[in-house]
Amino acid sequence: MRKIFDFHGGIHPPENKHQSLGEPIRDAGIPPQLVIPLSQHIGAPSTPIVAVGDRVLKGQVIADANGFVSVSQHAPSSGTVAAIEERAIPHPSGFYAPCIVIDCDGQDEWLPHRGVENFEGESPGDLLELIREAGIAGMGGAGFPSAVKLREKPGATVDTLIINGTECEPYITADDALMRERAADIVAGADILRHIVGPQATLIGVEDNKPEGILALQAAAEGTGIEIVVFPTKYPSGGEKQLIEILTGRQVPSGGLPADVGIVCQNVGTAVAVYEAVVLGKPLISRVTTVTGEAVARAGNFQVLLGTPMQYLLDLAGFEPGRNQRLIMGGPMMGFTLTDTAVPVVKTSNCLLAPSPAELPAPPPAQACIRCGLCAEACPASLLPQQLFWFARGKEYEKLEQHNLFDCIECGACSWACPSNIPLVQYYRASKAEILQQRRDHEKSEQSRIRFEARQERLAREEAEKEAKRAARKKAAEQRAQQAAAADASEAEVDPIQAAIERAKAKKAAQQQAAGSENEQEKLEKAVTSVRKRLDTATGKLEQAKAEGSDLVDALQTGVDKTRTKLEAAEKALADYLAQAGKAPSAEETPATPPTMSAAEAAIEKAKAARAAEAELSPEEKARKQLESLRTRLAKSEKRLQEGREAGEEDKIVNALEATVERLKEKVSALESELSEAENG
Amino acid sequence: MFELIAQYPLLAALFALVGLGAIFGALLGFAAVRFKTEGDPIADQINAILPQTQCGQCGHPGCRPYAEAIAEGEAINKCPPGGEATIQALADLLDVEAIPLDEEHGEEKVKSIAYIREDECIGCTKCIQACPVDAILGAAKQMHTVIASECTGCDLCVEPCPVDCIDMIPQEETLQTWHWKLPELGRANVDIIATDSLALTAETPAQDSDRAA
Repeated sequence: MRKIFDFHGGIHPPENKHQSLGEPIRDAGIPPQLVIPLSQHIGAPSTPIVAVGDRVLKGQVIADANGFVSVSQHAPSSGTVAAIEERAIPHPSGFYAPCIVIDCDGQDEWLPHRGVENFEGESPGDLLELIREAGIAGMGGAGFPSAVKLREKPGATVDTLIINGTECEPYITADDALMRERAADIVAGADILRHIVGPQATLIGVEDNKPEGILALQAAAEGTGIEIVVFPTKYPSGGEKQLIEILTGRQVPSGGLPADVGIVCQNVGTAVAVYEAVVLGKPLISRVTTVTGEAVARAGNFQVLLGTPMQYLLDLAGFEPGRNQRLIMGGPMMGFTLTDTAVPVVKTSNCLLAPSPAELPAPPPAQACIRCGLCAEACPASLLPQQLFWFARGKEYEKLEQHNLFDCIECGACSWACPSNIPLVQYYRASKAEILQQRRDHEKSEQSRIRFEARQERLAREEAEKEAKRAARKKAAEQRAQQAAAADASEAEVDPIQAAIERAKAKKAAQQQAAGSENEQEKLEKAVTSVRKRLDTATGKLEQAKAEGSDLVDALQTGVDKTRTKLEAAEKALADYLAQAGKAPSAEETPATPPTMSAAEAAIEKAKAARAAEAELSPEEKARKQLESLRTRLAKSEKRLQEGREAGEEDKIVNALEATVERLKEKVSALESELSEAENG
Repeated sequence: MFELIAQYPLLAALFALVGLGAIFGALLGFAAVRFKTEGDPIADQINAILPQTQCGQCGHPGCRPYAEAIAEGEAINKCPPGGEATIQALADLLDVEAIPLDEEHGEEKVKSIAYIREDECIGCTKCIQACPVDAILGAAKQMHTVIASECTGCDLCVEPCPVDCIDMIPQEETLQTWHWKLPELGRANVDIIATDSLALTAETPAQDSDRAA
């Protein structure tokens, strides 16, 4: 015999289980309409993969698992998808949530399915995938995806597999009925789970108030090595952590998982679902649900399709609305009140309780806490409920966390024990939710703070960059102003030494300017060559495009034309510049040969120069000749400018032409004045 | 010297006290230089409590400046987005009395997030410049949109919009955000199941008479 341990606290409420155990499990049949919520489990809601109007077969996947912690949903019976819309779901909030609605055709036509013949030949990974695809989520009440729970945790070795047949909450007998009638399936499911998890021991824990179920299980488990462990009845032995302590004496650490102490726990209902999924190939589409309470005439357990409206189930059990004041999903300790009888049965619906007002009257008003300590005695998690109650009322969330509020399993033992009828669990639920909300809010505000600070930093950086640029500009302007001031000062200065220095400086500056003008020439030359190059490539491309008959020909043509004009402008600018550079110093010396764009012009100029030299003209004559040539050039330039303006050339080109004309005009006037001086002199 | 002290015992005490004062003074002076803390830790702690909405309703350009102002002695009740909870937390931290929210700076409202009616947006980028947390995406002459998960609901983008295409949509409670509320004192809450001890014991008094007593 295995040693049985005890856990702290616990209560012994009246069980009220006999009402629903009078008859064997009844088949609820096929309701006219099924409503399948997309979220019947903990984790992300599934994604629908059928459309309105589709015909679906029994067992067909209608919504896919969405992410790791999620399961898929299957059609519980054949029919057509009537709607995918928001419907009331069994949730304490009474909210609506997306559901797939199926109008059943009553034929209950199965999708062809086949189980695994020899599951021992399959790898645990494949079996887990099967369990996941079958949409199995914990059927004890929380609805955690079973495949996720069974998956091996890194760094944790599981030595004990526990199948939970405790069912400690009053009124509920779904698991008891399952154990009585389908013990073989439970053992077979446990065998599969054992193959997946690979523990040293596999235990099925049952409270001693279910003797028939225990006998059936013991008979079924004969020779399998699966141990049926019976222990005294006490609420809440069925809590995962409490059951682990009862069977192994180990305590799951605060905030930890059973896997941390080498244990995996599964409900008997889940074991049956695993058996059906693996051996028969049937997904999770129905479950055993207890319908009980004084407001139903024929209380009992029903094999009911998931998605069956509660109203349909209540009618089967002979529901008398007049005798009922509220409807509860789950048991009287941990269940919640349903606001609507249209909500469907889901994977976690183990009980539907319809009590009469006399059976479960509205709780009397809460009295003041008298610090009796009964709640602390009852608490199975060894917490201090009265202390938590004070902190919850004062909204001292930090203190609540320090007093391990999150170890509370919300079993309701403290509320039940409280002589002042204080709804203690309600305070803890609200406080837990509030703390989680605060954590989320804090995370968000932290995120906002980081974003705000990043933005501030960015703005400051941009501002600093702008400031630096502004400072640089200011500095440059100041320098220029200083230079100008210095130049002014030097003009005013009469000191001969200073004058000499200034002259030297000026000379230097002139040299520099000359160098600069050379640079200018280089620049212009460079511009001409680069533009020419571009023109070449553009022409090449154009030709290629023409050869290929591309649509781009027009665009390329424009491009080439533009580049050509640019080239001309650049060449002209260079020529003008050279002409000017060549002319400026040649006023008194031999006329330089102004390099021009056309060879003919150059020849003419040369010839003119030669003639002039031959004639050995007087300086005045020479100057006059020059003046003439300058005048012709000016006229030419003006004409070009005119043409440019008319042709709507780019501003740059027009400006350049204008500048050329201006320069030529200046030169002409300078020469004229020189000439007149010479004549007069 | 000793004679003098022996003659006037009061002097001994005086010397001892002055000496001690000098030694500890020097020690504290050294510690103040050696273990100097950079920045203002109180302002950091206050900033951690503020909701980081960056809405400026307190009259400061963001939560951090307000935190610094509080550290300098400004009133703690100027943050409408934080509401009573923030005031309470600040009061606890600074050990001052919690005062009601200053209505001048706005009321505590339901949390909301900005939503741009995209076909009306002209792409002026004014809201982008106004957003304190860079939660609006868009470019000049292109439609803008709000990154809902980053929006703090500060309202600052609404005013600069020239075509008034930004709505502040209150966040409704969903299945994911729903949670149990604290029971109202003095009112029987019929949704609570686990308190029915009287009923259960009344039905089967024999089983639990000891407990009910």
